[in-house]
Amino acid sequence: MAMRSTAPEVPAAQPIPRLAVPELDRCIQCGFCLQHCPTYRILGVETESPRGRIHLIEAAAQGRIPIDARFEEHMYVCLGCRACETACPSGVRFGTIIEAARAEIGPTGSPLARRLTRLALRHLMPSPGRLRFAAALLRFYQRSGLRTAARALHLIPRRLAEMEALLPAVPRRFFAPRQEVFPAIGPRRARVGLLSGCVMSVLFADLNEATIRVLRRNGCEVVVPRAQTCCAALNLHNGERDRARAMARRNIETFLAAGVDAVIINSAGCGSTSKEYDVLFRDDPAYAAKAKQYSGLCRDVSEFLADLGLAGRLGEVRARVTYQDPCHLAHGQGIRRQPRDLLRRIPGIELVEMAGSDRCCGSAGIYNLTQPGYSRQVLDEKMAAVRETGAALVVAPNPGCMLQIASGIRAHGLEMQVRHLIELLDRAYEAAEGGSAGGTPRA
Amino acid sequence: MQLAELRRGIDDRTALARALQEIVGPGHVFTHPADLIAYEYDGCNFMAALPDLVVCPLSRDEVVGIVRAAGRHRVPVIARGAGTGLAGGAITPIGGIIVSLARMKRILQVDLDNRYAVVEPGVINLDITAAVQARGYFFAPDPSSQSACSVGGNVANNSGGVHTLAFGVTTNHVLGLELVLADGSVVQLGGRGADEPGLDLPGLVVGSEGTLGIVTAVTVRLMRRREGLLTMLGIFPTIEQASQSVAEIIASGIGPTALEMIDQLTVEAVEPAVHAGLPLDAGAVLLIEVEGVREVLAPSAGTIDALCRRNGAREVRTARTEEERHLYWAARKGAFGAMGRLAPNYYLHDAVVPRSRLPAIMRQVMEIARQNGIRVANVFHAGDGNLHPLIPYDAAVPGETERVMKASEEILAACVAAGGSLSGEHGIGFEKNNYMPWIFSETDLAAQRRLKRAWDPEDLMNPFKMFPTPISCGELMVRRPPRLSASGLWI
Repeated sequence: MAMRSTAPEVPAAQPIPRLAVPELDRCIQCGFCLQHCPTYRILGVETESPRGRIHLIEAAAQGRIPIDARFEEHMYVCLGCRACETACPSGVRFGTIIEAARAEIGPTGSPLARRLTRLALRHLMPSPGRLRFAAALLRFYQRSGLRTAARALHLIPRRLAEMEALLPAVPRRFFAPRQEVFPAIGPRRARVGLLSGCVMSVLFADLNEATIRVLRRNGCEVVVPRAQTCCAALNLHNGERDRARAMARRNIETFLAAGVDAVIINSAGCGSTSKEYDVLFRDDPAYAAKAKQYSGLCRDVSEFLADLGLAGRLGEVRARVTYQDPCHLAHGQGIRRQPRDLLRRIPGIELVEMAGSDRCCGSAGIYNLTQPGYSRQVLDEKMAAVRETGAALVVAPNPGCMLQIASGIRAHGLEMQVRHLIELLDRAYEAAEGGSAGGTPRA
Repeated sequence: MQLAELRRGIDDRTALARALQEIVGPGHVFTHPADLIAYEYDGCNFMAALPDLVVCPLSRDEVVGIVRAAGRHRVPVIARGAGTGLAGGAITPIGGIIVSLARMKRILQVDLDNRYAVVEPGVINLDITAAVQARGYFFAPDPSSQSACSVGGNVANNSGGVHTLAFGVTTNHVLGLELVLADGSVVQLGGRGADEPGLDLPGLVVGSEGTLGIVTAVTVRLMRRREGLLTMLGIFPTIEQASQSVAEIIASGIGPTALEMIDQLTVEAVEPAVHAGLPLDAGAVLLIEVEGVREVLAPSAGTIDALCRRNGAREVRTARTEEERHLYWAARKGAFGAMGRLAPNYYLHDAVVPRSRLPAIMRQVMEIARQNGIRVANVFHAGDGNLHPLIPYDAAVPGETERVMKASEEILAACVAAGGSLSGEHGIGFEKNNYMPWIFSETDLAAQRRLKRAWDPEDLMNPFKMFPTPISCGELMVRRPPRLSASGLWI
């Protein structure tokens, strides 16, 4: 006869004091976050909700459950979109909590995937030079016919092949300007630094250039310090906290030394991470003040331009557009109004809101690589909302969202394109000068 | 007696899990500790109980299969919606299977000509209104948690809301139900009309907290929006002046559709979250809504304004835009969820008093709080005398939980002594089941028990709820270990 048990067995585990972060205490389990959580919406289980994850983390902190594969899975099914933070009446900072949990686990996936992720996070992200080199290799692989051959011969394990297919085409040109300082056009209104970013620099060089042009036209002297590095968002989101601190220090030192009025960021994820360096260093009294000073300087480019007030004449850009709120802009930084205001300033732009514009598109850093199945489900819901608007352009001022939505457009066979807000502003300025695309002034 | 002794044993857990997996598929049965622990709580954040299994069906037939399997193994089944209940109704004090209905969230039918909709139990309350509001209709029950709570949960607890004053509670908006009984049979109760022949069984099941069966479809009444509405804020120096105004507004015969009290401590918690422009220095704010044909709104608002000012209101505002109106309501509805800003734990009460006794009972509540050295935030449905004293506290501080429990019992006793009741809308659950003898005689309770037994002879449907038990909720109190300070010491 089977043994008669009285209660489900919960194996004893050691308490993990590092998980007992102050943010945990604020959650009172009201459940207001549930319907705002993309994974809860598709899966309908408590463990894939913000409230449930917080409860699991608290249980692990107390030693009630071990950090095992199941726990890890729940922590990494989270997109990290932080929509729950917007929904939470108690102001729980879920992003900080999930980062603490992932720091205990490290990167997720199979042993090989973990090793690859770690390798990239530790050796590629901190070094712009190496990142460019890796991107150049990838570009060679994509263009030389190697990829075609590898695919035809099934040389790559299936899971890895799926991940590889999601990687975007690497463009011909990287962002690595020879000069560090770009003078203002017209009277100088501010001296600003530009965080050029890792992905932005290798995949979206033209966006960084457009950002510099628009800032210069608005009277900004733009400094692009060569010593800067990636903001470390991907490291933080994937449990590489110590490396993230080292990278953050380098940016803080570099930009504080540059003597700028603001650090301009054109990628929502980098902005949200940079603005939270103060949290990253809160247990380091020696460095906390500097981190806070740096975080205080960081501005999303839309936030900065809306506050500064656009200078100069904007020409017509005729298009029906819809705006996707990047999670790390809307939920991470509370910026919703400014990008829309700037869009409406452009003559000819018709802004049509999509349903649930502040719901995640499923990109979520490298989530589309680590959790392709859930990512696709979330993306499908997004593309349905986008299609409803009948827009020709989707504006999503964040590289991850741009890549993800572009892949959604391809997958759903839609006739539209993705643009960064700054591209449209740049085009509007250019149109005012009567310039054609061929005569684009280079930064 | 210890709770562990009362826990229902499971003879063969593996066989039960396998049976459930065959019904719903292996991905929808959970047995791992990390999964079970996420179902040890509901919206009531001070008690917890670990379930034996969690299962997430997608259809009525799957629910039938689960109930039958549970019956064969003689294991309790506890239906759960969104888990936002505040009386521990969706936890498993003596173990059992949590049947989460969160995946059953389809709106099956909408018939605006006949003003009803048929929905699955996991549909979110607000999603019903969202589906029909473009054409001028709405689903009336509107608990503060309406953006998160499920219709199934509303049915189980006979939920009220901020417009209960005008539109009544859930039972007034449920026309029919589909119910899976303890033996696995499926019954259709009520229908689509206002008064179906025979016993009023939907009336019996609404508010039965899952003790009679599992609801798998609900036919709800849809209402037409009125022509116009005005939302007002009365700002008072003291909560007593606000309470007195409530009594006088009701007595004047105007009939506001909502009349909500928000006191100073509540404003302190919620204003940083919502930024509705509520004054932080006022003793209390009354949120008042009037609806109807356009011509009647201005005179009603005039009377309310005058009554508030006569009772000492320092300001009376009317929302000028839809956005402003939403902000006022966001402040009211976000109030309890914002309690985490005041303390790590909170105990939200739900007692009812006759409206005429409001000012006196408010004084008593504040006196009880003072004597026990606790804070109380008051945010409640003043119009229907439904109090929600909210006690923010910290379970990690030794002795604090006990003080809160003592004060809570005193508050509840005072409300009952004033001619009130144990619960207005949150249900009895495992929170107040042992207070039932305060308002019901042994004979009353025996009659209710006989009814429950007739539908569920083995006592497998959400047992240990609603009726008095040998153990009370204190046994399941969440005890938080001391916190780790920044210096690395446990404090």
